[in-house]
Amino acid sequence: MNAIEFILAGMLAAAAPFLLAALGELVVERAGVLNLGVEGLMAFGAVIAFIIVYHGGGHILAFLAAGLGGILLSLIFAGIILGFNANQVATGLAIGILGQGLSALFGKSYESLTVKALPKISIPGLSDIPVIGGLFTQDIVVWLSLLVTVAIWASFAYSKVGLVIRAVGENPKAAHAIGYPVITVRFAAVAFGGMMAGFAGAYASTIYTPLWADGMIAGRGWIAIALVVFGTWLTGRIFLGACLFGAVSLMGLAAQATGLDVPSQLLACLPYLVTIIVLGIISADRRLLKLNGVASLGEPFER
Amino acid sequence: MSRPFFAALPIILVRRERASLAAALLAPPIALIVTITLNLSLYIVMGRDPAAVIYAMLIEPFFSWASFSEVLLKTGPLLLIAQGLAIGFRAKVFNIGAEGQFVLGAIFASAIPIWWPEAAGQWIWPAMLLLGTIGGALWASLTAFWRVRLNANEILVSLMLSFVATQLLNYLLLGPWKDPNGFNFPQSVMFQYDAMVPILIEGTRVNVSLILAVLLSIAAWVFMQKSFSGYKLQVGGLAPRAASYAGFKEGWAIWLSLLIGGAAAGLAGAAEVAGPLGQLQRSISTGYGYAAIIVAYLGGLHPIGIVISSVVMAALYIGGDNAMVSANLPIAAVRVFQGSLLLIYLIAIAFVRYRLVWRQTAIRSPT
Repeated sequence: MNAIEFILAGMLAAAAPFLLAALGELVVERAGVLNLGVEGLMAFGAVIAFIIVYHGGGHILAFLAAGLGGILLSLIFAGIILGFNANQVATGLAIGILGQGLSALFGKSYESLTVKALPKISIPGLSDIPVIGGLFTQDIVVWLSLLVTVAIWASFAYSKVGLVIRAVGENPKAAHAIGYPVITVRFAAVAFGGMMAGFAGAYASTIYTPLWADGMIAGRGWIAIALVVFGTWLTGRIFLGACLFGAVSLMGLAAQATGLDVPSQLLACLPYLVTIIVLGIISADRRLLKLNGVASLGEPFER
Repeated sequence: MSRPFFAALPIILVRRERASLAAALLAPPIALIVTITLNLSLYIVMGRDPAAVIYAMLIEPFFSWASFSEVLLKTGPLLLIAQGLAIGFRAKVFNIGAEGQFVLGAIFASAIPIWWPEAAGQWIWPAMLLLGTIGGALWASLTAFWRVRLNANEILVSLMLSFVATQLLNYLLLGPWKDPNGFNFPQSVMFQYDAMVPILIEGTRVNVSLILAVLLSIAAWVFMQKSFSGYKLQVGGLAPRAASYAGFKEGWAIWLSLLIGGAAAGLAGAAEVAGPLGQLQRSISTGYGYAAIIVAYLGGLHPIGIVISSVVMAALYIGGDNAMVSANLPIAAVRVFQGSLLLIYLIAIAFVRYRLVWRQTAIRSPT
């Protein structure tokens, strides 16, 4: 298998944690809320899922519990920013620190243990195509995450729910005036984002690298937040961005396999360096951000 | 105006006509008490002896000199970093990459004793602190450039740069800067005597950098409360439109905030390797850069408040270390404590701007 085939085969799986968390954050930001706690929410979901799978609870239960954990933790965030009008940046950071602390606390006795990942499912015919065939052999969660991507894209493009979320994010006062429950919508959006971050963590700890180590989320939650900016709040571009990051995070492995003489630390830096560079390129086009950005992002709502 | 969240409750939050100073002063101690109570309950659930935890975490750090001197030692870096960050936070410049700036400060400072291990003279440690300050500021200047010239979000860029800084440290310690006689441990050579910051209190590890942290706190107070530059920064944070009408440049505020924050964090990193550690190692920071964010908020972003909150946070670190030994509490408990403390504080300060009113009263006398 050459490097390109290797990257194509693993890209979607590597992208899944970024994608799930970023889609959740997309919905949160579309509703006008900035939740910077994604890293902590993912870590919390990751440890819950790992513990359940380790004790034989199975992946379905693990994902449900991780999603629920993400919802609970993000509801604390929502309660503080929506109920008490607190600073969203500071509250998000605090949730992030709390989530990482809780994950380290719960995961302490599971450090460096491993579990069995899920088998991969091939699409007959397509998976036999040379070079790109690897794209069609994936585990069930990757297939589901592609479905979720399409569902979220369609909701924002065609459904009433998507329209209400966007209205609440663009102009909460106007949305309130025509009778939409701004606070309720924001609560629901934050909870959804928390659930997706929980799933993303569960995927990282029980399927992608099925082991537990403190700090294993390693900035993926932050990259997911950056991905929402990269994608200029558009589902399709976020998906492409997640694939890019999946590929970038595999490049280290591919480079080592081909015997390239590059310090491993430089390869470990790649996702962060790429984030910094792409963030600079995308943000430099202020028009693009203004056009698709969320007008009231991060601003509290008072009626 | 009421907060809709409370629609189902018999009490509602009503905006005060004037911010309450009493609530602002009471918020940190009340948040601390509530957080302690909640976390103690958690430890009891985890099956720990609450008395042992209380003694180790809350009493020993203040009533044993050996412990208290360590609290003072930890106060230094937290105070330095938090004062620098708070200046930016007040200008709404959210530099959360102090951890990386701290690491770069430590790396820059270590260059002198690692490249010239035989050098001697009283100039070495001051030069290291200066170099560390420059290193931190340089690392922060990347974020400033990305924000001002490329319009990129400083929260994400500064944090990504922290991850890069950690890898840079790993690279140096596993490669060119590894101690050849260090049994393959990822650490540098031990620094020579003249590379160490002089001890301030005999018999402890408290060194001169604590004085620097206090001096910086005074400078921060003068800058924020008395100087025109500080005033411009605060106006920029509170009312960006008004600031731009008055001709205060946003780019200038971002550069200044990030450079001050980076320099302070870099100085803290330099003081750590030239102080208690005496060498460059992987674990030069135990999350000071992140803890300092909490210290800054808990101190109300005010230079004097931050002095108090940095002592509290340092005591929490030492108390956590004590509890790890005596009450068998994992060190992650400190992070849980830090996170919940910030959350509860953010709830408590809501009462600076809002007050609780019984729904009946509010309906009878609308504001």
